[in-house]
Amino acid sequence: MKFASLVKNRKALIGLILFGITVVVSLFPGLFASQSDADVIGAFAPNLGPSTAHLLGTTSYGEDIFSQLVFGARQVLVIALAAGGFATVLSVLIGITAAYLGGVVDEFLSLITNVVLILPTFPLMIILARYAGTSNWVMIFVLVATGWSYGANQMRAQALSLRNRDFLEAARVRGERRAYVILFEMMPTMTSLIVANFLGSALYSVLAASGLQFIGLGNRSSDSWGTMLYWADSQEALQAGNAMWIIAPGLAIAVLSAAFALMNYAFDEIGNPALRPVRRKDVRRAKKGAAALEEKGAGHDAYVEAV
Amino acid sequence: MRFVVRRLSMFLFTLWAAMTLNFFIPRFMPGNPVQALQARIRVKESPAALASILSSFGYKPNAGLVPQYLTYLKDMLTGQWGASIGLSLGEPVRDIILQAAPWTLGLIGLTTVVAFALGNVAGIVAGWRRGGTLDSWLPSTLVVTANLPYYWVGMLLILLFATTLNWLPPDFNYDPTILPGFSPGFIGSVLQHAVLPAFTLLVTSIGGWILTMRNNMITTVAEDYVRMARAKGLADRKIMFGYAARNAMLPNISGFAMSLGFVLSGSVLVEYVFNYPGLGYQLLNAVDNNDYPLMQVLFMLYTVAVLVALLAADFFMVWLDPRAREKG
Repeated sequence: MKFASLVKNRKALIGLILFGITVVVSLFPGLFASQSDADVIGAFAPNLGPSTAHLLGTTSYGEDIFSQLVFGARQVLVIALAAGGFATVLSVLIGITAAYLGGVVDEFLSLITNVVLILPTFPLMIILARYAGTSNWVMIFVLVATGWSYGANQMRAQALSLRNRDFLEAARVRGERRAYVILFEMMPTMTSLIVANFLGSALYSVLAASGLQFIGLGNRSSDSWGTMLYWADSQEALQAGNAMWIIAPGLAIAVLSAAFALMNYAFDEIGNPALRPVRRKDVRRAKKGAAALEEKGAGHDAYVEAV
Repeated sequence: MRFVVRRLSMFLFTLWAAMTLNFFIPRFMPGNPVQALQARIRVKESPAALASILSSFGYKPNAGLVPQYLTYLKDMLTGQWGASIGLSLGEPVRDIILQAAPWTLGLIGLTTVVAFALGNVAGIVAGWRRGGTLDSWLPSTLVVTANLPYYWVGMLLILLFATTLNWLPPDFNYDPTILPGFSPGFIGSVLQHAVLPAFTLLVTSIGGWILTMRNNMITTVAEDYVRMARAKGLADRKIMFGYAARNAMLPNISGFAMSLGFVLSGSVLVEYVFNYPGLGYQLLNAVDNNDYPLMQVLFMLYTVAVLVALLAADFFMVWLDPRAREKG
């Protein structure tokens, strides 16, 4: 997987840019927010409309919506990256162990994976989050506990197909230890699947975490986007005519998940060229090449090849 | 035969795991039904008195965990689901479920089937006309719409069509001033109330179907048997549906069963946003009020729904696809 091919793919580029913006905002919120603390209740008049002083207006508690949005970026991003990362590590560990060791271990691990895969995830998350408290670490734990199984199945399938390849056999004959074979021989060949899996888990974490926060199961005193929606909903922002309070955080969630989704889909396209969009330019170039070949009298086969 | 036994034992094991998790998680965590009741009624009543109220509805916190667990398993499986100890105190759980289920099945079930059908047809066409106008802008758009937060789309629709334009009602399942029955007024009201939540689900779920179907189609169209059909001079439409789509559909069938879990999950939030009194709405009520009996039954039903759908898809696949039969 080359970085250049990521940049050349338009979907990947857009995803990368959106993701980059979120990262910058979450690293340096002070540069963008008009306030250093967005949670001072009654700092301004409530339910103000958008203006130069308050780009997106204020909440019914008199907080600046734009500042809350800026400070919320870090929360969502940390949850997405941490939960996505841990879930991916867990999927890789379980999937590869199952495939590599085989036998009873495989049977057992596959059974657990399939059970977790089938359990109704969101209801389970609601129950876990409701009873385990509301810190971000609990949220990450809940997301990892319910989100690793899909990836583990994919890892297992891929690792199974690699298991009897010659280069692994060679490593075993060289007398390498099992951990070495798995970590340094097997894993590098699975990089693209692992990255795609990470993007998918991060995307899932953004959406699921925001959903849980939206129904009040997140840390309610923090500025995350889902929590902003929770307060907007419970303060009846729709009826109060404060549309921005609802539009802004939801749009932010949508943009971040679009970033992960676009990168993920682009990964699929790069890995499977058949899925790539057919560009007009390419079609024209192919026709021109075909015409040139035909002039040379290269015959029908070459024509078909070129098109 | 071995296949059937394997699938069935997997089914039972998963069901057991789900029921066990749902028994132990709430009980090992802080908070209990008595505290929830106390918070709800806001009357100074001793916890012991409240506990005795709840125990008359079958709540026995002082019995040992193991006997509780065993009776719980037996009661769940035999359909003795007990009474609610939450918001609708004393009402049989069975009644609550029977009241809520038709709304969820009608709204979520129908929408899912419609999204699946429409999405597959659109995907077939997009994959077939590779490089056409539909195919060039559709995928990027769908990648974004398929990953929008469900509930936020619902809120936007409320904002636009209910609050601003006042065309459609923002919440509930029907107009409570109309007497329920087979009258045109009532049916009209039910449909009116279903439009926004159904559209929310449709917008966010159709994208996934179109994309997977398109991608399956693209792979299938390159197969030799499609070229063969072309060489035979068959009509395009016949090749598209009878040769390519027929095979490209196969992975989507088990995908459909698997997605049922996601759909049920998403419906919880949609029902919450629209105050639509279906199963998801009841689940949130149950969780909020430590209503163990209702929560347990709902969670079991969710699991059973997904399992049944998966089993059905498995057997359907075996019947459809000779390769799957060979493997089993």
